[in-house]
Amino acid sequence: MRKTTFGLAAIAAVIAAPALAADIQPAILYDLGGKFDKSFNEAAYVGAEKFKKETGVDYRDFEIQNDAQREQALRNFARRGASPIVAIGFTQASSVEKVAKEFPDLKFAIVDMVVDLPNVRSIVFKEQEGSYLVGVLAAMASKTHKVGFVGGMDIPLIRKFACGYVGGVKSVDAKAEVFQNMTGTTGAAWNDPVKGGELAKSQIDRGADVVYHAAGGTGLGVLQAAADAGKLGIGVDSNQNHLHPGKVLTSMTKRVDTAIYDAFKDAKDGKWSTGVRVLGLKEAGVGWALDAHNKALITAEMKAAVDKAEKGIIDGSIKVHDYMADKTCPY
Amino acid sequence: MSDLASIVDLVAPVAGSGIRLSVPLLFACLAGLWSERSGVVDIGLEGKMLAAAFAAGAGAAAFHSPWAGLLAGIVVSVALALVHGFAAITQRGNQIVSGVAVNFLAAGLTVLLGQVWYGQGGRTPQLANSERFLGVDLGTLGIDPSSALGQIWSDVVSGHNVLTWCAFLAVPITWAVLWRTRFGLRLRAVGDNPQAVDTAGVSVAGLRYRAVIVCGVLAGFAGTYLAVAQSAGFVRDMTAGKGFIALAALVFAKWKPLNALGACLLFGMLDAVAIRLQGTPLPGIGTVPVQVFQALPYALTVVLLAGFIGRSIPPKASGIPYTKDR
Repeated sequence: MRKTTFGLAAIAAVIAAPALAADIQPAILYDLGGKFDKSFNEAAYVGAEKFKKETGVDYRDFEIQNDAQREQALRNFARRGASPIVAIGFTQASSVEKVAKEFPDLKFAIVDMVVDLPNVRSIVFKEQEGSYLVGVLAAMASKTHKVGFVGGMDIPLIRKFACGYVGGVKSVDAKAEVFQNMTGTTGAAWNDPVKGGELAKSQIDRGADVVYHAAGGTGLGVLQAAADAGKLGIGVDSNQNHLHPGKVLTSMTKRVDTAIYDAFKDAKDGKWSTGVRVLGLKEAGVGWALDAHNKALITAEMKAAVDKAEKGIIDGSIKVHDYMADKTCPY
Repeated sequence: MSDLASIVDLVAPVAGSGIRLSVPLLFACLAGLWSERSGVVDIGLEGKMLAAAFAAGAGAAAFHSPWAGLLAGIVVSVALALVHGFAAITQRGNQIVSGVAVNFLAAGLTVLLGQVWYGQGGRTPQLANSERFLGVDLGTLGIDPSSALGQIWSDVVSGHNVLTWCAFLAVPITWAVLWRTRFGLRLRAVGDNPQAVDTAGVSVAGLRYRAVIVCGVLAGFAGTYLAVAQSAGFVRDMTAGKGFIALAALVFAKWKPLNALGACLLFGMLDAVAIRLQGTPLPGIGTVPVQVFQALPYALTVVLLAGFIGRSIPPKASGIPYTKDR
């Protein structure tokens, strides 16, 4: 009798093991900047790796080489039964919409864009709030009263970063000048550090001494140019302070890693929900980075000012304009 | 005087930026000039630059020296040039097909090797300043730095790295070798009339191989400049079509070195102007959309090529494999 029980238990275990492993097969599709752009996509990778380490559940991933591969890759994941499938970047929206309709039983998520379907979780961030905070820091660190912004692809999302940043700068120094440049109008603008460097240099030539980038891989050139010229850069998405210690004032962190981790975790724990998730300062979805590499650059006065701004945004006494709402920037 | 000062203030940094942007074009354009003057069409400039940029980034990172990077870039670029040479000269294959193959090979292999070696999405490790060719400040030379002349000196002439000087030196050297030496005369002859050179008892293949090797060396310089001087490491597809723009510049320059210098400087300056004018309101027009300035270099190229430079005639035998018995 005991033997039979053991036998049954063993069989049950054998049957159950693959069943458990099969119930979640997460997949992640990176955008053109590539998995290791030290910025946006890499943050997603960090979140997925954290999930893998904690739960032991492996995930599939794919880096597209061109736009045509988005839909192919998503459909490929879906056919193999991967779920949840997380697409990184706003450019994936139309592909996610198409494939999510074809596979209504699978779970999809998209970062940086809203796709209104019953099986899609849309994760968007209030980048303007984090950008406002680094704008405050930039204005206080600037000696020339001129600061710069280099964006990647010229799209409303990146203008949202720029607008929040200008708002932060002007809140400290109303007369400060903000130079704004966009790298390009195609996906290639996320991976052109040479052009990014030249844009930053042209802003520095005009007197800017702090340059903020929201340009993925292109931004590496921006930070390099700022460091080469002895000026300050501001990183974005991931904490980029370590890239040029002492030459990166701070980084506007966008917790894509937490968002990905949560998406995978919710799916695993059966707590999956769809709809739009907006992550701002209040939800700790955005913020600014302070670590050993930039400690010397942030004075107590700057820290106090940025903490005050943070509190103001969270309690609603400071309203940061969202460029996407009306496509204008009032600052 | 204040007018002059403000104009200089505006123009000098743009001119400096234009020079930085034209250097890779100039190296690549001269590389194409050597190859095509000998009768070997080289559409693989882009691939050679890209492979050289990758090798330079990896070499500089591995040996902690920009010179090691330069050497690695040149070796890899020459190796690819010899592959192209073998297909085009010895095997008498189609030169366009072989060039395109070099481009594909470089685009794929750089990312693949980069991913396997460094696991950073095809990127090479970020280079420290001691591993790069940095700008050399020439000092003020007694010119008042606040004067207009002083500003032109400091923004346009001074502060360039050693490869920039190499690029500008390569122009008179190319001219002198190709137009003032016996070797150069033969090399140009082999691109126009290989039968005549063969009849004179000079090896057509030998001359073409030498031209292709020089082409490889110059393309190696171009790639190294991108990865080790202008940036701090190789990034996927970092040539971004510069090899093709260099080919356009070569046609534009009618296969002559001094014209090539002019064409590449023009393209570099247009790029710099596009960067500088972006988002700046122009008097009487207002803010012009970014896209207009980004399209400007290409639009101008088309217009200039269409009507303003007269006929551009390539070397007669370029693209045609040489066979003795014909």
